[in-house]
Amino acid sequence: MINKVDNNVYEVPIGYRPGMRVPGRIFVSEELLKMVEPGTIDQVANVATLPGIVKYSMALPDAHLGYGFPIGGVAAFHENGGIISPGGVGFDINCGVRLLYSNLEARSVQPLISTLIDDLFQAVPSGVGATSRLHVSDHELTETFIHGAKWAVEQGYGVEADIEHCEENGSMAGADPAQVSIKARKRGRPQLGTLGSGNHFLEIQKVEEIFDQTIAKRFGLFKGQITVMIHCGSRGAGHQICTDHLEVISRAVHKYKIDIPDKQLSCAPIGSPEAKNYFGAMVCAANYAWSNRHIIAHWTREVFEKYFNYAKLDLLYDVAHNVAKIEEHKLNDKLERLYVHRKGATRAFGPGRIEVPAAYRDLGQPVLIPGSMGTPSYVLCGSDKALELTFGSACHGAGRIMSRTRAKKTYTGQDVKAALSGKGIKVKATHPAMLAEEAPQVYKPSDKVVEVVHNLGIATKVAKLVPLGVSKG
Amino acid sequence: MKPFDYLEHTADIKFRAYGENVAEMLNNAALALFNAMIDTSTVQIIDTWKVNLSATELEQLAYNWLSELVFLFETEFAIFSKFNIKIEQNKEWKLEAQIGGEKIDIKRHTFDNEVKAITLHEFIIKKNDFWCIQVVLDV
Repeated sequence: MINKVDNNVYEVPIGYRPGMRVPGRIFVSEELLKMVEPGTIDQVANVATLPGIVKYSMALPDAHLGYGFPIGGVAAFHENGGIISPGGVGFDINCGVRLLYSNLEARSVQPLISTLIDDLFQAVPSGVGATSRLHVSDHELTETFIHGAKWAVEQGYGVEADIEHCEENGSMAGADPAQVSIKARKRGRPQLGTLGSGNHFLEIQKVEEIFDQTIAKRFGLFKGQITVMIHCGSRGAGHQICTDHLEVISRAVHKYKIDIPDKQLSCAPIGSPEAKNYFGAMVCAANYAWSNRHIIAHWTREVFEKYFNYAKLDLLYDVAHNVAKIEEHKLNDKLERLYVHRKGATRAFGPGRIEVPAAYRDLGQPVLIPGSMGTPSYVLCGSDKALELTFGSACHGAGRIMSRTRAKKTYTGQDVKAALSGKGIKVKATHPAMLAEEAPQVYKPSDKVVEVVHNLGIATKVAKLVPLGVSKG
Repeated sequence: MKPFDYLEHTADIKFRAYGENVAEMLNNAALALFNAMIDTSTVQIIDTWKVNLSATELEQLAYNWLSELVFLFETEFAIFSKFNIKIEQNKEWKLEAQIGGEKIDIKRHTFDNEVKAITLHEFIIKKNDFWCIQVVLDV
């Protein structure tokens, strides 16, 4: 039913399911295609039925079964006639990744890995029921919603230079705190400055391999260097914002006579009050997430400075992988404003785009692709090809292949911890069961996923980072 | 009739909960929600909470009920294992529930997962010989 149109490009034709307005495109190798569940292809086809969708409903090489939209999905909608869908962003709004590069070499840090991970585990609260060391007031929460990482810097977390190295400068425009419910505030307030649980992590890594010396140097990376990766999002604030607006929008579909194949694809026309309200609230959650990662990065720096007084951890980049953005893209040689939904997908803009930080603008945007606990993470560089093929998007991780239930039946937390320890990786988590469900084997091999992105030319490989220590919720 | 069962899903948790009537189905859905996070037999009934909800559609009521439980879990730092639900259907659906549970004690309570939210993906309520609700949880 699906057709190969090129190397690493497969098409889900119109007619795969009724109501498709555009075809689906799955960017995946033949080998990885075997790991894509039929349900994921159905989800790509379902998204293709939404009003105003442009070009293709897309899925990247890490694509797997999600709820509503597939994970690893990208869909863009015309400003006129298109829609916004909370399900196209997900509950963890602006779940994302930030990478800090240090002036430290692995050989001097490695003997202290256990101590550092224990300290980071204490410094950055994680897991179920964790509350932050911060006690923000309701007013400060509003400031976070509006100003994101900029607010955090004003409060003394991080430095001004960090801001330039965040997508949207860590502060997306269009926040409307009036659209954030009291419930979302109540969930968000005690959690600003917490990592969360599940697949979220804080990882100390070593640069193991450099693929592009010139770009690596410009990104501040060198072989044997220590980096720190932070993966988390907007916590309960984002989850509740999506829950609240999904409920409203799921009722609005009748009003706007939009026919959807799955209620999680509920959407409202761009320009409608429901869509505007959701977007204003979504931006609040996105800004909260940038502020959250900023605060966590600050505490991470404090831990390193305790043991290495000369330590410097600079921000390479911070990317969102669950978000909807208004972006200009070329369609039939004309620039058009589109609402691009990325659900488990990273922006990967090429050189010249104004959205790319000035320091990297001649190269392209840094693209951060985390591995799982035991597998490597990658730094890539966005390209023009991404703008041509995927609305400037790349994959966001390795992608799950095994359910959490099956993972727990197959592995125990202790086994996973022992296996990682055997590889020299120190892991600390609130509970071993959390490790079983995140065992490296439950994900696709990250190197194979990255290879597809590189071979397609969406983003090119710059450096490979391997984990030395991981702190998990 | 078993109260609920879990179905295979790659990234998230999918369950079906059953009941002779709507109240029993929503009671079992709540149990399935919390059993996805923790073995609820380890939860003692020390405190009680109250929930009152209304909605025009049953599906909306069910979605709001489960979402309310996630909200209470996170903001009350509490875990629940007993649900006494009363359902009324006139012009709209009404739910009145008394919930039993206790504050989270990380030393005693072992969490397998943390549910972030209730999704509407494949969210279905059906009535044949008995009531059945299908839910996918975002974890």
